[in-house]
Amino acid sequence: MARFASLVESLGGTPLVGLPNLSPTSDVRLWAKLEDHNPTGSIKDRAAIKMIEAAEKEGKLTPGDTILEPTSGNTGISLAMVARQRGYRLICVMPENTSIERRQLLEMYGAQIISSPAAGGSNQAVAVAKGLAAEHDDWVMLYQYGNPANAQAHYEGTAPEILADLPSITHFVAGLGTTGTLMGCSRYFREHKPDVQVIAAEPRYGELVYGLRNIDEGFIPELYDASLLDSRFSVGPEDAVHRTRQLVEREGIFAGISTGAILHAALGIADKEVAAGRRADICFIVCDGGWKYLSTGAYAGTLEEASSRLEGQLWA
Amino acid sequence: MAIEVRIPTILRTHTGGAKTVEGSGATLGQLVDDLDSQHPGLKGRLVTDEGKLHRFVNVYVNDEDVRFTGALDTQVKDGDSVTILPAVAGGC
Repeated sequence: MARFASLVESLGGTPLVGLPNLSPTSDVRLWAKLEDHNPTGSIKDRAAIKMIEAAEKEGKLTPGDTILEPTSGNTGISLAMVARQRGYRLICVMPENTSIERRQLLEMYGAQIISSPAAGGSNQAVAVAKGLAAEHDDWVMLYQYGNPANAQAHYEGTAPEILADLPSITHFVAGLGTTGTLMGCSRYFREHKPDVQVIAAEPRYGELVYGLRNIDEGFIPELYDASLLDSRFSVGPEDAVHRTRQLVEREGIFAGISTGAILHAALGIADKEVAAGRRADICFIVCDGGWKYLSTGAYAGTLEEASSRLEGQLWA
Repeated sequence: MAIEVRIPTILRTHTGGAKTVEGSGATLGQLVDDLDSQHPGLKGRLVTDEGKLHRFVNVYVNDEDVRFTGALDTQVKDGDSVTILPAVAGGC
C-alpha cells in the first residue's frame, strides 16, 4: 500500500537497500536504511511528528500556539512542515554556521529563524532557546535533546522496520546528535534481538564548534544513556566526505555528509568482522540526501579542499 | 615514536598554546600522568578527584571513545592517536 491520506501519514516505511559494491564479502554485508525517503527528506521527520503528536495528546499544544526549537536544520525543517499543516507558528534557534539550503527550506515552510553564534555550535543554540523559553512561558519548546517522544519514534518505527526487513542483523550504526535514533533503536533491539551491537558515529567538527569558554558549559543530551551503546566513534570531515563520495560513486546513493561519517564507522566494523571470520549484517542509517549540502562544496574538488571548506561549519 | 595527543582550544592554556603534544604510557591513565608532568594542571581538567574522566570531557584513542574500551585503563601504544574534546551538542 503506497497511498496515504496526507504527506505526514506517509512517514516511515523507508527502504532498506543492500550495498553490493561496498560490502567486503558475501558474508559481511552492509545495508542502508534510506531515511531520506521521509516526508521532508530526513530521519528527523520521525522525531518531529512524534514530538508534536505527543504534545497535542498531552494538551500542551493547540492550533495557534508557538513552537520553539534549537536545531541545526533537519528537525526544524520537519517541524516547520508539520507546523504549517496544523496551524502552529515555529521559531527555530539555529547556529549561524549551517548551510544556506537549510535556512532557505525553513523560510519556505514559514518558520522564523533566530541565529545563535557560530562559536559553540549547537550548545549555543540550546542555551539561547532555553533562555527564550524561560522568557516566553506560552511558547512550547519540544526540545529534541530531552524529549522521550524523539527516542520513542525510533523504538516504534525505525527499529521494528529494520528487524522485520533484516532478521539476521548483527550491527546497527547511526549518528549521534540528540541520541534519539540510537537510544530508541537500541532499546528495541535489546528487547527483541539482544545480540545486536549498537554503534554510534559522532561527527567531529572544526575547533570553532568546540569553542566553549569553560568545560562546565559542556553538554550531554538528557536522552543519552551510554549503557545502550556498545561503542562510539568520532569521525572527522575528511573521512565523512570520502565515504559520502564513495556511497554515491559505488552504490548510487546521494547522501548528506553525516551519512558518510556513519558509513565510515560501519565499514570499520565490517573490516573487523572480516578479520575475525564472522558473518555480519550491518545496518546503517542514511540520515538525509545530499541536496542540502551542495553549497558546502563537499561534493566538488579534492578531499582536502572539500574537508577544509567544512572547517567551522556544522556539517551534520 | 610516541603517542600523539590532540588538545582542544579550551585546554591549550596548559600546553603553551600547542594543538598537539606527545606523551607515553601503557594505559590512558599513565599517558595522562605523563602529560601532566610535562604540562602541569592538565590532569586536573580531565580527571575528577574520584579518578574518573570529567563528565564533559570525551577522549578518543584512534577515534574510538574510551568510555567503551575501559576508560582510563584503555591500553595505548606508540603510534596511537589520542583526541580530547569537550562534550558539546551535535547538529540536529
